[in-house]
Amino acid sequence: MTGVSTATVQEAPVTVAPARFMDRQRRLGVGVTLIGLVAAILFGALAPSQTARFTLSEDAEGAALSINGQLGAILFGIIAIAAGSVLLAGLLRKYQTTILVLGILAFVLSFLCWQVAGKFLPLVDTVSGSLELAVPLILGALAGVLGERSGVVNVAIEGQFLMGAFFAALVGTMATSVWAGLFSAALGGVLIAAILAVLAIRFLVDQVVVGIVLNLLALGITGFLYERLMQPDAQSYNEPPKMPEWRIPGLADIPVVGPVLFDTNLLVWLALILVFALHFGLTRSRWGLRTRAVGEHPTAADTVGIRVRGLRYLNVLIGGVIAGAGGAYFTLVSTGSFNKNMTAGAGFIALAALIFGRWTPFGALGAALFFGFAQKLATYLSVAGSPVPSQFLNMLPYLATIVAVAGLVGRVRGPAAAGQPYVKS
Amino acid sequence: MANDHIDLTVEPGEVHALLGENGAGKSTLMNQLYGLLQPDEGEILVDGEARTFRSPRDAIAAGIGMVHQHFMLVPVFTVAENIALGAEKTRAGFLDRRRARREVLEVSARYGLPVDPDAVVENLPVGAQQRVEIVKALTRDVDLLILDEPTAVLTPQETEELLAVMRGLCDAGKSIVFITHKLKEVKAIADRITVIRRGQTVGTASPDTPEDELAALMVGRAVTLEVSKEHAKPGREVLTISGLCVDDDRGVRAVDGVDLEIRAGEVLGIAGVQGNGQTELVEAVMGLREALTGTIKVDNEDLTGMTTKQILRSGIGYVPEDRSLDGVVKEFSVAENLVLDQYDRPPYGNAFRLNPAAIDAAARERVEQFDIRTSSPASAVSTLSGGNQQKVVVAREMSRPLRLFIAAQPTRGVDVGSIEFIHGRIVHERDVGTAVLVVSSELDEVVALADRIAVMYRGRILAIVPPTTPREELGLLMAGITGPQAVAAPGSAPASDAAPGSDAAPGSDAAPGSGSDEKGTK
Repeated sequence: MTGVSTATVQEAPVTVAPARFMDRQRRLGVGVTLIGLVAAILFGALAPSQTARFTLSEDAEGAALSINGQLGAILFGIIAIAAGSVLLAGLLRKYQTTILVLGILAFVLSFLCWQVAGKFLPLVDTVSGSLELAVPLILGALAGVLGERSGVVNVAIEGQFLMGAFFAALVGTMATSVWAGLFSAALGGVLIAAILAVLAIRFLVDQVVVGIVLNLLALGITGFLYERLMQPDAQSYNEPPKMPEWRIPGLADIPVVGPVLFDTNLLVWLALILVFALHFGLTRSRWGLRTRAVGEHPTAADTVGIRVRGLRYLNVLIGGVIAGAGGAYFTLVSTGSFNKNMTAGAGFIALAALIFGRWTPFGALGAALFFGFAQKLATYLSVAGSPVPSQFLNMLPYLATIVAVAGLVGRVRGPAAAGQPYVKS
Repeated sequence: MANDHIDLTVEPGEVHALLGENGAGKSTLMNQLYGLLQPDEGEILVDGEARTFRSPRDAIAAGIGMVHQHFMLVPVFTVAENIALGAEKTRAGFLDRRRARREVLEVSARYGLPVDPDAVVENLPVGAQQRVEIVKALTRDVDLLILDEPTAVLTPQETEELLAVMRGLCDAGKSIVFITHKLKEVKAIADRITVIRRGQTVGTASPDTPEDELAALMVGRAVTLEVSKEHAKPGREVLTISGLCVDDDRGVRAVDGVDLEIRAGEVLGIAGVQGNGQTELVEAVMGLREALTGTIKVDNEDLTGMTTKQILRSGIGYVPEDRSLDGVVKEFSVAENLVLDQYDRPPYGNAFRLNPAAIDAAARERVEQFDIRTSSPASAVSTLSGGNQQKVVVAREMSRPLRLFIAAQPTRGVDVGSIEFIHGRIVHERDVGTAVLVVSSELDEVVALADRIAVMYRGRILAIVPPTTPREELGLLMAGITGPQAVAAPGSAPASDAAPGSDAAPGSDAAPGSGSDEKGTK
């Protein structure tokens, strides 16, 4: 080993072949510039030159932000083009994500200026409506995060929603108690989760297949019981009390934020608190470290004495509680009664939010809010009589997920062992 | 049955070598000791006390640690996270990261195993990952450390360092079970040797036992430790690679400006620690991976842009490095695996149907020719031993008229008898005038087979040297060190000049002269 001191270690830089010119940032730049052009030219041309009012209240009254619709559409379109050009030029690589978000935001604002020109959009109503639509999505996506980070793919979120919604309505009505309803909703979610866990972890059945089958099972059971039990006698089986809204004095008076966050029901808070709790749990706690290890490399976890299957059971079941509570939101908060297939695919949008949010709690929150906003906007457009079909906006979650999974918006890398049953070699 | 009534006693403070061929049952035995598998019969005593290990948790509690052949590290975790995993210390419910880091640094300093607690494991070279594994075991206060084939992924120098670390651990009172099939290392470090063959203890030996005696004990018959071959008679240039750049799966440059040529009738061996671009280089030649720049020519015909099927059929044989993943279809029969490359061609079949009679007849011939031990050509390949599976792959790839034969890790996980056979076939292929490229992480194999050795480091060919080059020097090259004694020092020269530059020295020209008749594979 004496030769080492006189020798030279090869540390030549890796530079022989030039890096591709059209790297990720430039590809994103092309996309953002294109949507910016669409916004500036198309939206700008279509928008009437009338004032668009964004009111701070829940109706047309009170203070408002106003802008000429046509001017706004063109202006925000140009901002999007500018953001796209910065990306395309390969500048400010450190702030790539920020610029990307800015560009997309400008596009959305341009679209809004066009749609709202000559009318008004109540901001508080939009924000709180988006959040309300997002709450079950957040809860569903968090259930998915729990399962997938420990290596179990859960596509049965839709089924858990349905069971949760059904049991919340049934037990809530029979016990005339919101809390009994919420509790049994969680049980309904756990029931589906338990079947998923046993089949996937113990019997090694393909997790996606089990998930799909469970969705159909939940649809069948709740549909059958709805027709046989609830429909004939709705009064005694399908009129659950609504979840009370709690107003926190003081905080609720803050403009926009106050009524949205501090004059609302328990489930909204639960969803938001869970996002933080799961984030810190996954990154900072013993349970989180072990969960991630089990989802990435179960054999490694096993060799240091972690019970792989036990931890997977635990996580899938906790996920069941959360998704079930998400289902309760449909009957105890949104509608006030159960209806056949009332979740209508929300579980799949939650799944999309999970992937779009890259398997992290905060990512799931962001994605769920974005999807919630898209749904809220879709309702607004159909009420306002917009020429844009509201179905286009309802497609957005799925479209966004395809874009995300295709790797266009950053590399998507899920837990390495997700979907793989653990068998001791 | 993998283990048949094995007895093994390990004394405190000793290095006990467990010697045996691939598939002899060494790892099975150790997995029972570590609680990953349960014995059907017999008992395990720790300090004279009978213990049952239902899971690794019990084994760890009994003071047993294990460094697995395939590292048990979570790639996306940091070193400290990996080491803490399973024995996490918490403060107020949260992970105590500072304490975890401190523990890592402490153990790492105490035993002379440098690791960076904040590095992410997937970015570390294998040597460093192995140190992490050892530190991980040591933080759990083990008395007995099992090392399963620890030197398979190391350069000769790293192996030296590991042996020194093992010595230090024994001096600190730890016992070590050292699993290996490499005789030289056993002789260098072991206090006692237990030899296992076909799941049975066949004897214990002292490290003074001569190598050929140990080898005979291990294999069950006398073995020749050498590959006999004539001088190479290099002919025309067959494979010419110039300026080749290839990225790996993560988009990181894996092959970085490689120039290489192989002539008909010679074996070029690529030496290097695993993960220095050998895999990607071979995959690029086979059309399995995109070449970013550069050309790959066989007899002046450019292969870049051709499909793998076209490349195979243009007279190139290919033994992939991962046999079970890329070499065979395990559920298919031996006969079917033997025609995977030609099933749609007469006589085996056409675009619409297969000709089972022709396939079966050809299979019987190959089974005979290549000494494939199978009950019938209709048996599934999964029922064969590793060595015989590999012979199926070699037989298939040698059944076409070849201009170039590429073998990546041709004898990984293969028993000694099959190694001898496969080496013989590779030398025979060279002698009939095929250009041969052998990639192996076993330096012994490269030295034994090659007429010229190209050492690959970080995606570049660092030097091309004759096989008579001293091992010390090869080892330094594999570690990326080009000292004054090395053939060429392309430190400042651009990479494209590096390979020809080293050629000018005793490279290709010297090969016929210096490629002596016999070389040891010790």
